[in-house]
Amino acid sequence: MSEILRHLIILLVVLFGALTFAAGLIWVERRLLALFQDRWGPNRLGPFGLIQGVADMIKIFMKEDWIPPLADKPVFVVAPAVILVTVLMSFSVIAFAPGFVVADLNIGLLFFLAMSSMGVYSVALAGWSSNNKYALLGGMRAAAQMLSYEVFMGLSLMGVVTLAGSFNLSEIVKAQQRLWFCIPQLPGLVLFFIAGLAEAHRLPFDLPEAEAELVAGYHSEYSGFKFAMFFIGEYLGITVTSALIVTLFFGGWLGPALFDPARGPASAAASALLPAGWFILKTLFFVGLFILARAALPRPRYDQLMTFGWKVMLPLALLNLLATGAVVLALGGMGGK
Amino acid sequence: MFSLIRAIWAVFVHLFRRRETICYPEEKPNLAPRFRGRIILSRDPDGGERCVACYLCAAVCPVACIALQAKEDEHGRRYPEFFRINFSRCIFCGFCEDACPTYAIQLTPDCEMAEYRRANLVYEKEDLLIAGCGKYPDYNFYRVAGLAIKGKDKGQAQNEEPPVDLKSLMP
Repeated sequence: MSEILRHLIILLVVLFGALTFAAGLIWVERRLLALFQDRWGPNRLGPFGLIQGVADMIKIFMKEDWIPPLADKPVFVVAPAVILVTVLMSFSVIAFAPGFVVADLNIGLLFFLAMSSMGVYSVALAGWSSNNKYALLGGMRAAAQMLSYEVFMGLSLMGVVTLAGSFNLSEIVKAQQRLWFCIPQLPGLVLFFIAGLAEAHRLPFDLPEAEAELVAGYHSEYSGFKFAMFFIGEYLGITVTSALIVTLFFGGWLGPALFDPARGPASAAASALLPAGWFILKTLFFVGLFILARAALPRPRYDQLMTFGWKVMLPLALLNLLATGAVVLALGGMGGK
Repeated sequence: MFSLIRAIWAVFVHLFRRRETICYPEEKPNLAPRFRGRIILSRDPDGGERCVACYLCAAVCPVACIALQAKEDEHGRRYPEFFRINFSRCIFCGFCEDACPTYAIQLTPDCEMAEYRRANLVYEKEDLLIAGCGKYPDYNFYRVAGLAIKGKDKGQAQNEEPPVDLKSLMP
C-alpha cells in the first residue's frame, strides 16, 4: 500500500512539477530573450514579473477556441493532445533523484526515443487536419525533419549506452559517479543537443513553423486551449531534452564531488533534496542554452537542414559510436561496470 | 561552424550590457525641447494674452480640433472669447504652432495627458493658457506691430517710423 502511495506521490509531483516548470518557462524565455536583446522583458507582474506566465496562460485560455469549418474535426482536436501526452510520457523515465522516478524502466532511453518519435504524429496530423496549405506544408516539414533528426539522435546516445552498459537512466547516472559522460562523449553531447533542438523544433530548426513563409506552420489554425497544448508541449519538449542531456552527459542528480551529501556534514533532508536541486539547476542551465540558441542563430534553408542532418550529423554520429565501441572493446568489457 | 559559436557568444555577452529599455512610469524618458506634446497658449512678457484670434491655427489644423471665437476689448486688442482644443482629435502635428503669427500657440514636451473620460480631453482656454512666455521670452506682438491700441499709438512700436502724413507733399 505505501509502495503504491509512494508511486502516486512521485507521479503527481513529476506531472505537476513538469507542467508548472513548462508554464514558468514562458516567463523565463521571454525574460531571457529580452536580456539577450538589451531589453528588460516582462518585469511588471509580481516580483521580477514572475506572474507573467500565469497572465499569459489566462489570456490564452480566454481566447476563442475555433475549429475551421472544413477541418477534419476529430483529428484536429486530438492532434495537440498527442504531443502533450507523448512528451509527458517521456518524463516518466527520467530519474530526478535516487529512487525518484515514475517508471524505472530497464529500457528507459529507448522509451524516450519512442515517445519523441510519436510526437511526429501530432504535428503531421495537425498540419493535415487543419485543411490549410500552410499548415500542411508545416506538418510535412515537421514530419520529415523529426524523422531525419531522430535517426542520429538515437545513434548519438548509443555511445553513452555503451559506456554505461545500460538503457536505464538511473544506471546511466550511477555510471557517471567518477566521470561525467560529457568528457568522453563530447561529440555525442553536441550531436544530441542539435538533434534535441530539431526534435523540439526550436528556433534554428523551427522550419515547421517558419513564420516568414508558413504563417505559423502546423498550428496556424489552432487557437485557445489547443494552441496552448502545442505551446506547453514545446516547452515540455525543451525541458525533457534538457533533463535528458543532464541525465546522460552531466551526471544527472550527482553534484560536484565537493558537495557530495554522502561525505559532507549535510543532514538527511539535505541529502534527499540536494540531488533534485542539482538536477533542476543543471536542467535550467540547458534550458537557458536552448533559449540562447534561439536568440543567436538564424534559421537554415530547408534543403540545408536536410543536408546537414543526413550528410554531416548522421556520419558523425556513426563515427562517434564506432570510436566509442572500439575504445570500450580495447579497454576490455563495459566501461561502467 | 566557428562563426556560429562566435555569434552565440556575442549574443550571450549582451546579457551584461546596459538595457535600452526605459522603465517608463518610474523612469522618465528624456524628451527633446522641441518635442511636440501638449499644446499651450502663452502670454506676453507684460502678462497679456498673445493670441489675437486670427483663426490661422484653426484653419491649418488638419483634424479640425481647434475652435475659437474672436473678440475685441475696449483697448483695441483682439483676443479669443473662447479657445477650445479637442485633444482626443489632436494629432500633435505642430502646424498650429507654425501658422501662429504671434507665437501664442506652442507645443510643449509633455505627453502625459491620459484620461478615463473622453470629454475630459477637451481643453478650454483656462486649461491652455499659461502664465509665462513659453519658448520666446522677449516677444510681444503689440510692441512690434503697427496696430494702435490703448497706450501705444501709431508710430510708437519698436523700430516703427512715425506715420506719413498723406496730405503733405514733404518727404
